[in-house]
Parts: sequence; structure tokens; C-alpha cells
Amino acid sequence: MQPFTTHTGNVAPLDRANVDTDQIIPKQFLKRIERTGFGQFLFFDWRFLPDGSPDPAFELNQPIRQGASILLARRNFGCGSSREHAPWALDDYGFRSVIAPTFADIFFNNCFQNGMLPVKLDEADVDELFRRAAAAEAAGHAYRLTVDLQACEVRDDGGFTRSFAVDPFRRHCLLEGLDNIGLSLKHVDKITAWENAHGLSPLQGGAT
Amino acid sequence: MPAPRTLLDKIWDDHLVCSPDGEQPLIYIDRHLVHEVTSAQAFEGLRVAGRRVRRPEATFATPDHNIPTTDRRLPIADPISKQQIDTLRANCREFGVRLFDLGDADQGIVHVIGPELGITQPGMTIVCGDSHTATHGALGALAFGIGTSEVEHVLATQTLRQSKPKSFEVRVEGELHPGVTAKDLVLYLIGRLTTEGGTGYVIEYTGPCIRRLGMEERMTVCNMSIEAGARAGMIAPDQITFDYLRGRDLVPKDFDQAVTRWATLPSDAGARYDRSETFSGGDVVPQVTWGTNPAQVVGVDATVPDPASMADSSDRSSASRALEYMGLQAGTPIAAIPIDRVFIGSCTNSRIEDLRAAASVVRGHSVASRVRAMVVPGSGRVKRQAEAEGLDRVFTAAGFEWREAGCSMCLGMNPDTLAPGERCASTSNRNFEGRQGKGGRTHLVSPAMAAAAAVKGHFTDIRQWRYL
Ligand code: SF4
Repeated sequence: MQPFTTHTGNVAPLDRANVDTDQIIPKQFLKRIERTGFGQFLFFDWRFLPDGSPDPAFELNQPIRQGASILLARRNFGCGSSREHAPWALDDYGFRSVIAPTFADIFFNNCFQNGMLPVKLDEADVDELFRRAAAAEAAGHAYRLTVDLQACEVRDDGGFTRSFAVDPFRRHCLLEGLDNIGLSLKHVDKITAWENAHGLSPLQGGAT
Repeated sequence: MPAPRTLLDKIWDDHLVCSPDGEQPLIYIDRHLVHEVTSAQAFEGLRVAGRRVRRPEATFATPDHNIPTTDRRLPIADPISKQQIDTLRANCREFGVRLFDLGDADQGIVHVIGPELGITQPGMTIVCGDSHTATHGALGALAFGIGTSEVEHVLATQTLRQSKPKSFEVRVEGELHPGVTAKDLVLYLIGRLTTEGGTGYVIEYTGPCIRRLGMEERMTVCNMSIEAGARAGMIAPDQITFDYLRGRDLVPKDFDQAVTRWATLPSDAGARYDRSETFSGGDVVPQVTWGTNPAQVVGVDATVPDPASMADSSDRSSASRALEYMGLQAGTPIAAIPIDRVFIGSCTNSRIEDLRAAASVVRGHSVASRVRAMVVPGSGRVKRQAEAEGLDRVFTAAGFEWREAGCSMCLGMNPDTLAPGERCASTSNRNFEGRQGKGGRTHLVSPAMAAAAAVKGHFTDIRQWRYL
């Protein structure tokens, strides 16, 4: 897994609440059996007009937001289906971090499995980031943020600094880019002991 | 005396494998359900790392999301869909996983066949790469959806990294009025809890109104927990649960002994939940969603709400956007909204009780001329049972299409989709933009309400239905 330590990049504000994974990656693109190549389909139904050209009205299609790598969103981001294709698509498009007041649980988990950092900030702080992004864009340049997992803080160069909370184990795995399965298999004796205590054994089964 | 524990506490404690310092706990997974859309990358991961499936006999697979619901003897027309299903077949063969394949009499939506075959049992931990895994909680299991990386983790280790979720008691007093169903109840609850009210929690539904629900109605309620943000919903097992399970294919051989064990699962008197809320079943009327998330819902006797009347600015902008997408005007009576399509199916409402309820409404009536309506049974078994009862003929005589089992137009990944602008009364669980087809407009309702809407060509209050 790609590690996440500190990332500085342009912000793409997406001022919508309850962005569900059906919007992030519509179902017609879930037929692929690979993990890669989903970025071209990110927000497909919002991003493209029926004729296939980019919809100029869609937030991410603004020229100033091209190349953005931090997505700023509203509450309950990533709700709905468990499809991990959602973080795959965000990652493949170039996003390394998503900032929102709240996230849906499964999406939140899925990000950590893919070296992407979801950051929860207070609603008021997210409001402030939207304001700062709007001001920067009005002045003709993209808004830049640094998401620092080592220091657990989000900051810009205009005086905004907020710390965020993150589960210490997940933080560790992300900083190091650890293979979760490999890590769990270090406890295989405990797994076997549990199975034995419950009258199960691998490859043999039994009624629970 | 040990402290009183909730159902969640008991299952959690029993499945905790280890809780190493500085790590998230590992919990043991009893049953792993697999389908074609979220598993290919997980099996590929195993292959690349040279790992195998730790307990193939605890793993069950079926194709459901991306399959046609037309004649099963025909080849799958879409080559990419075909490849995905062939990949599931090859993976199951290679890793020794039992597959209920297309054409198998027991194939069906993964959350329908789990309980139906007795794969799902009280007290178990159950996962699947699908957010509606919460359905299985209706039998007193801890069941939730996971992502593909976690699918791979469970395949390889039979465990999951998981911090203990908080518990949320949703207590429902009283009883439902005639014509009001479990679907109406859960939509009503989501409307009150909001789409993220349950985030971080496992909901346990309790109270007399819940205890009165039959097994399949309980599945409908737990199924939609995720729409309130809760990864899992559960209902303590009782005699209704045990009666439902007795005689099913994969239940323990010594069933009575299992029942004795399962009977110890319900939350102890005095057990503490992290949060509790109480509702009254008698307050619920038949529900219809008007927006693009399941919490945007009102009673069938209400009107489309006015965004301007909403206190919260984010609710206001969501509602305005939703009304625009849905092509609706604030103030329109729900019963005046005409519909083009009806879909009766999905893991929320495609079981035999659902089809019986819909058929009793339809019997002797015809589908309105403007409406195209279809019934998609949840599994091969449900389909056969319905046919044995003659329900298929009730539906087809009224002008419904009668299909093969699958997810179908719940997510429209197969050819069953809405055209842009088409409006559908659907018994599924998500009314997101484009969920049933790009530009399609979904209204979530109960099976009886969907059936009545098919006949009338618009929504109508099922409590006033003239049954023939
Ligand atoms: S019926 Fe719908 S919600 Fe249920 S598993 Fe299939 S696609 Fe998911």
C-alpha cells in the first residue's frame, strides 16, 4: 500500500452533502475486475454531459481545480454502497485526501486500505475552508492545503491550522504503508486458538 | 455478578480473537458471503500474495448484482458482465468456495439466500462486500458490509480488523396500523434518524412493535440500517427466529441444542446502550420518498415539502437539488405524482411475504396503461414458492413482468434500468441520483404501495385500497 505522510496540494471544493458512492463511481463502471483505471469514471454522471463532453457547470471541471489532490466536501461523504471502487476512483483521479465534517463508515475504512487519508474537521472549520477556497479562487489561484498525518494537522499558508483525530493504529499503518493482511497473519496462532476453542479448524469446518 | 450485556456485547466478546497493544482488535468472522462485483480484486490479491482462503467452508458465493433477469438459458449479452461472472466462477473453483451459480435452483440475492438456506444464524458474525449485509442482523447476528480490501483480509485470515462499534437502541413501542408495513416503519425511522444518525453505531431494534414483526419483515428493517448510516442493525432472536430457521438446509444438526444457546443472546435486563431513542409504531403511515436520499421521505397523505421551510441550510440546498432532479414541485400531493415504472424486488423486499402482499393488492386489477411494472423474486426458491402459490399468474394476468432472481433494477447494473426522466415506484432501498439508471427518478415504497401505484398509475394510500 502507498504510504501517506504529509501531502500538500490544491483543493477542489465540492459543496454538497451526502455525496454517495453511486455518484462517486456509477454502477456501470463496476464491471471491471481490476483495481485500477477508475479515475476516468469518477463522478461520471455529474462530470459529463450526455454527449460525453465535460459539463462546465460541475465543480471539478473548473479550470482552476484541475490537478487538485485534496477534495473538500460536506457531511456524510461516501454514504451508500460499500464499493471500494469509490476510493479507487478518487485515488486514480489524483486525490490523496478528502476533508469533510463526517464520512460514512465503510467509505472511511476503505480509504485507509488504499493509502488515502479521510480527515474529519468540525463543520465550522470546513465552512472556513470553503470560504478560504472561494477567496483564493476569486483571486485567480487555487487554494492550497497541507494535510500532515505526522503532526495530525491540516494547515494553509494563511494562518489556518487545525489538528484532527485519527485512530493511532490506522495512522501507523498509513504512515508506514503496511500490508494489513500480513500484519494480521502475525496473529495466526491466536486465530487458530480461537478456532480450536470453538471446535473449528481451517479446511475442515464444522458447525458453529 | 457480571455486568449486564447487550446482544452486541455478547457477540463481540465471543468473537474477539485478540486485541494486541496499539492495534485495532481482530474479530473472528463466522460467515463470509461473496458476490461477483466486489470480490474479483480480492481473489486476485490472494493470488498475487500466494495466499489461500482460510476457511472455504465458511464462505458462500452467488452472482446477483450484474446478471440478467431474463431467460437463464440465454448467454449473457454484455461481454464485460460475462467476464465478471466467469471470474467469480473461476475464483470459486480455484479457492474451493461453494457457489450458487446462475441456473442453480438456490441462486439469488446474497442477502435473500443467506437466511433462506440457514447460512445466517443467531450469534454469528457475518460479512459481505455489500452494504446491505445488515439484513442478516434480523436473525440476531452481527452482520455488516465491508470493502474489497477487507474481503481479501477475511478470505485470508477469517478475521476482520474492527474497533468495537457503539450501540444504539432504537425502540419501537406499540404496533403498526393495518396497511402499514416494516418498509414504512424503516423509512419513517430513517427520516427521523437522518442519513447519518446511525454512523459509528450498530442499531439494535427493540420494543413490542419490533417483536410483533415476522422474520421477513425484520429483515426489511435491518436491511435499511445502512441508509441511516449504521453499518449493522440487529434484532434479538426469539421464537419467531427459531421457527423460521428450523429445517433449513445449513442450520446445525443438533438444532434444539443450538436454540438453547441462541436463547441466551438477547440483551440482559439493565444492559446499557451508548444511545437510545424511542418511537411509536402507531405514528407511522405508509411512506413515500420524494428526494434523492432515503431520509427525504413523507407519508403518502402529505405533500412534497418546501425546501424554504427547512431550518438547516444544508438540508435546504440538498432538498432543492433533489426536487430539481426529481422533477417535482413543492406542495404537490404525493398521491398526485404519476409514475411510469414499478419495480418490486431487491434484498429489501423480494421475499415471499413481500410478493404475497403485492399480489393481494394486484389480484383482479390491471396495471395502468402508462406503467411498465416488473416483479423480480429475490431467489430461485422465492420464485418457485411464489409459482407454487400461483402468485406469478396473479402478476402476469395484471400485466406485470415476472423475472428470474437477482438485484435487477435495484441498482440497474444489468439491462433492467430506468430511462432518463422515468419515474419509478420501487421497493428497493436507495433513491440516489441515477441509482436505477441515469436520470431515473426513484420513489421508495413498500411492496403493497408499489403494487397499488402500478394499478393506479400514481401513488395512492394503501389504507384505502379496495381488495378484490
Ligand atoms: S438488491 Fe440492491 S441493495 Fe440488495 S444487494 Fe442487490 S444491489 Fe445491493
